[in-house]
Amino acid sequence: MGVEIKIENLTKSFGKQLIWGDVSLTVPAGEICVMLGPSGTGKSVLLKTLIGLLKPDRGSVIIEGTDIASCPEKELYEIRKLFGVLFQDGAMFGSMNLYDNVAFPLREHTKKSESEVREVVMEKMDLVGLLGAEDKLPGEISGGMRKRAGLARALVLDPEIVLFDEPDSGLDPVRTAFLNQLIVDLNAQIDATFLIVTHDINTARTVPDNIGLLYHRHLAMFGPREMLLSSEEPVVRQFLNAQRVGPIGMSEEKDADELAAESGQELPPLPPIPMQLEPSNGIPRRSQREPGSWCRENGVTPPPGSFQSANAGLAPGV
Amino acid sequence: MASLTSARVLRPVGTAGKLFAFALDVVRGLFRRPFQLREFLQQAWFIASVTIVPTALVAIPFGAVIALQVGGLIKQFGAQSFTGSASVLAVIQQAGPIATALLIAGAGGSAIAADLGARKIREELDAMMVLGIDPIQRLVVPRVLACMLVAFFLNGLVSVVGVAGGYVFNVILQDGTPGAYIASFTALAQLPDLYIGLIKSLIFGLIAAVVAAYKGMNAGGGPKGVGDAVNESVVITFLLLFVVNFVLSTIYLQLVPPKGG
Repeated sequence: MGVEIKIENLTKSFGKQLIWGDVSLTVPAGEICVMLGPSGTGKSVLLKTLIGLLKPDRGSVIIEGTDIASCPEKELYEIRKLFGVLFQDGAMFGSMNLYDNVAFPLREHTKKSESEVREVVMEKMDLVGLLGAEDKLPGEISGGMRKRAGLARALVLDPEIVLFDEPDSGLDPVRTAFLNQLIVDLNAQIDATFLIVTHDINTARTVPDNIGLLYHRHLAMFGPREMLLSSEEPVVRQFLNAQRVGPIGMSEEKDADELAAESGQELPPLPPIPMQLEPSNGIPRRSQREPGSWCRENGVTPPPGSFQSANAGLAPGV
Repeated sequence: MASLTSARVLRPVGTAGKLFAFALDVVRGLFRRPFQLREFLQQAWFIASVTIVPTALVAIPFGAVIALQVGGLIKQFGAQSFTGSASVLAVIQQAGPIATALLIAGAGGSAIAADLGARKIREELDAMMVLGIDPIQRLVVPRVLACMLVAFFLNGLVSVVGVAGGYVFNVILQDGTPGAYIASFTALAQLPDLYIGLIKSLIFGLIAAVVAAYKGMNAGGGPKGVGDAVNESVVITFLLLFVVNFVLSTIYLQLVPPKGG
């Protein structure tokens, strides 16, 4: 069914360096959300805070009435069983083969017999297309396979919330497209809440129901996909369209001089909003909304050419 | 500025506190079920396999040096009949636990720190926590127990090999009397000497494993961080072991009266 994640006034700093402050958002149950942000804005830190691997300085993360940020360790280990997490490099246990890796949570947490374990593991391996590779060690397979294996392990306990830490980093465009399709299909199948951290705009434009943007130590915007893709707000616009003109600079935000120099430049028009990626079996997901419905409800005119093709405004070939 | 200086001065205290808190977590994990028997046996086998041969090789010259030194000294006093006893005392009380500790820390501890450090930077430990499994209970506790067990047995090995080496050198090189060497074992040495040696080896094994696991689990900053963690864990363990050895020896000598004293 999926579980809602309610984040309130979350603040985290390492030493004196503030990572982000006062982040408040609600990840709706059963929907796909993408958290975007330039490199080094603490997207992964946010993810780790959500599962209680890092303690925030202030604020709360509430899941099913439990505050992850302040609950005792015992409860934390219980609530983590709701989660499936896909780490950046898959984080497979190097000493076990893929089968044992995927079976690990089942053997630790359930009293399933070995034949039942085998059934579940094979089902998940099939889901991510890794049948036949069970006996391989994580060191012997490619990064893309490690990621899919990590996804199989994350799904094995039938999680209510699945977190993805940069599922598309280090993958080629074709594999990324397959992985994105897999994510959408999975959501249709298990109805869990998905939160994807990435800086790949193609993923962000086509996959999610909601988009959030972390920038300059705060949450710049969080809302439905169409709201952000049609937004004129400079940071959101610059990032989602990968432009150089705007407040984001090479290393950090630009200084006043650079911004002033840009003030006369005309911004390129907003690209059209692409169709959302649909499950491959054609049956819409429960949380899926009709293309353009947010724009209609809020009286926003989407950029011309919107909702006509699945790859409008994207890099070619996606 | 003042706060900056005090922060710098107090940092080692904070680290020591964290190490101690980690040790307490490990103790708590000891009593949590299920006990990871498989991991424990694997680790014990692994640590034993990397330490037995070097330990035996270190023990022979250790015993020999003590025998030569003590034998020479005792000859000057004209108390040759006590050579065996003095050499047994030195080997069992001091050389045994120290040689054991150095090898446990150098071979076993560095392997633990490297293994856990690599798991840390590959996010395996995070993944484990997210899967609802406490790495301290699952990985660290079996390693600590394995280290203690192996240290206990290695201490016995060092004692036997050391005393035997001493015997060979005393009898062959220093023209000692075989019968006198063995007969004098019980003249000065007593059973508590053996106990303190074994207790020491257990404590040294504990310290080596806890420090190595702590350093490994707190490795950071990529592959270089793992190397640093291994290096620091060995150095810190050596320092701690010699201090603890001094304290334990002092307490023991105060509590247990020497035989015939």
